[in-house]
Amino acid sequence: MSVKQIGKTCREPLTDSQLLMTITIGIFAVMYAAAMIFMGGGFLRTQQFFDLLNDNAALIIISCSLTIVMIGGGINISVGGVIGLTVMACALYLNGTGIQDSTLGIVVTFLLALGIGLAFGVLQGFLISYLDIQPFIVTLAGMFLSRGLTTMLSVNPVKVTHEGFLSLVKNRLAIPWLGYTAKNGNLIPAKLEIGAIVALAVVALVYLMLRYMKLGRHIYALGGNQQSALMLGINVKRTRFISYVISGLLSGLAGFVFLMHKPAGNASVAMRSEMDAIAASIIGGTLLTGGVGNVIGTFFGALILATIQKIIALSPLNESWWQEMANGAMLGLFILLQSVILGNRGKHKKADFQTVQKE
Amino acid sequence: MSERSIGKKKSGGVGQLLIPLVALGILLLFNLIRDPGFYSIGVAVNNSGNKVLTGNIVSIIDSASELAIIAMGMTLVTAACGGQDISVGAVGTIAGSIFVKTLKAFPDITFGTLILAILACCAVTILFTGFNGVLVSVFKIQPMIATLILFSCGRSIAYLIVGSATPQIDSPIISAMGMTIPGIPIPTPIFGVVLVGLILAAIFRLTTLRLYTESVGVNQGAARLNGINPVGIKMLSFVILGICVAVAGIIGTSRMGQVSHKTLLIDIEMDAILAVAIGGNNLGGGRFKISGSILGAYIIQMLTTTLLAMRVDPVNIKAYKAIVIIIIVMAGSPVVKQKLTALGRRIRFGGAQAAASKGVN
Repeated sequence: MSVKQIGKTCREPLTDSQLLMTITIGIFAVMYAAAMIFMGGGFLRTQQFFDLLNDNAALIIISCSLTIVMIGGGINISVGGVIGLTVMACALYLNGTGIQDSTLGIVVTFLLALGIGLAFGVLQGFLISYLDIQPFIVTLAGMFLSRGLTTMLSVNPVKVTHEGFLSLVKNRLAIPWLGYTAKNGNLIPAKLEIGAIVALAVVALVYLMLRYMKLGRHIYALGGNQQSALMLGINVKRTRFISYVISGLLSGLAGFVFLMHKPAGNASVAMRSEMDAIAASIIGGTLLTGGVGNVIGTFFGALILATIQKIIALSPLNESWWQEMANGAMLGLFILLQSVILGNRGKHKKADFQTVQKE
Repeated sequence: MSERSIGKKKSGGVGQLLIPLVALGILLLFNLIRDPGFYSIGVAVNNSGNKVLTGNIVSIIDSASELAIIAMGMTLVTAACGGQDISVGAVGTIAGSIFVKTLKAFPDITFGTLILAILACCAVTILFTGFNGVLVSVFKIQPMIATLILFSCGRSIAYLIVGSATPQIDSPIISAMGMTIPGIPIPTPIFGVVLVGLILAAIFRLTTLRLYTESVGVNQGAARLNGINPVGIKMLSFVILGICVAVAGIIGTSRMGQVSHKTLLIDIEMDAILAVAIGGNNLGGGRFKISGSILGAYIIQMLTTTLLAMRVDPVNIKAYKAIVIIIIVMAGSPVVKQKLTALGRRIRFGGAQAAASKGVN
């Protein structure tokens, strides 16, 4: 499987990850179209789609970070905790700087967010790749540590009062030609938050990294078959280490983006979002076994989760347990679909192989 | 992954329990130095007039019961499938809901309705873990992914079953199950752990289940060629986990006297996986020691109680726990073990050239 991922010249029309990604995009399109037809209203406007991006920018970023780690055959369940810690630390720092509306304070906060993410990434990456400890346990400890540190910083919610940051947060990218005309004749442009733009940039960068950079191909090779990767002369330990460092950095960035969307720290920020991110990756066609995955699919996976949330929020079934049930059902559907499709393809391949052998 | 699992499998056996035992010993010693009164066991009279044992040790063993029971089942699933069930907390809540729902269906709670409720609870739980089992064994989905479904919607199902936030059950029989039976000062949940442990021990002693499970976990293909049905063995491991989860759910519900779908057995899946890992079991499947997992469960609870006794704020406990966990798993890491052995050899034979060469030999 991994060999096919690595080889760019591929005889088959679609690789596994491309096929799964196509299905994901198709289901997202069908779902959104259905929402447009049956729910109408907001779904007919571009702003609704942009709101999906605005509200879920942090989720998209951590889903990308999880996709990288999962392609490498690992797992990182500390991302939600790192977001929580970053948001809390940044909110406290912004309030504590004393220098209101200073740009320097914001830059330092940004660096602080990245620093926290980097610290977790380096620590976890070191334990997992160089000390050979099971990734689930290490990142579980990371999750406990980050959640514990968050409550140590502050048990009470912290609201950001830094004026410079609050005015930065208010910035929107307005796209007039995607807007709509309100009843009073004013043109209301579609607005995109900074966080959403960052999230889109992260998706693009991670896509390019995984597809065209040596590191990205090494991560695929590592997840596909570690022994083969080792024999191909890939530095397996370093590659795995770097994948966790990137994942940590992206979690820190996601924390900052989260703070830009909701400028307040809280002990329960991004609770269980690691599971949402894993779900988004799986729906997008990433396999937990490693070697297969595509970050574009992950992006649409996150959008599918966001759309379900939006549809339920706008429907009369607006209760948290409906939300959870719909998520669970969707996840189950995708998992079964993937299993059946990949199973069938596997059979075909085997049959082809056998006929070739007979000839 | 494979490189790692091969390395671990060799180190299985009695040595597996060394690190958890040492960790437990250090914790016990630490508490002895910190406060010798930590170990005092007293007898007190509770609200309903029964004599009960009190003391930190009793409370540790008592409150780790659910975790220990689930960890036993989790060990089996881990060994057979090479992955973990992360839906145990949610399924345990469903078990509690069914338990309460069945008891509420009758006007009053007697032993008959109790047994009926327990049976119904086990049946429904097996249905849910069986669903996970089918996904894992038949559809060959990674256990963590397959159980993510119930992890995300299990608590909502529990809410749907009971239909309200926290239904209460109040009966002397339920409090006897969750706390103490009149006349016996030992908390009842401890008997639950002993019972489940003995049954599992008997199964492993009398049947070939251990061998079959380990062989499926080590190499599924080879196991099939030797006439073992991997699908059946994996399903069986999930069914046993289901019974464990049902028992844990019933104990948890009886202890609280109510079922709260938001807080019952919360985060127990993570602790159970930790218990399995601390017990020296390889999370990639293969050889296992249930005693290790039970030990792991008590270590986790011991740690929590110690931190609470040290007046650490309950919300901050997670951070300290994380550090101790990292130290324990680092001590178990093959790389660290190698380095430590090399270091130990250098210290022992350091200086004298002849001694050093002897060490190499």
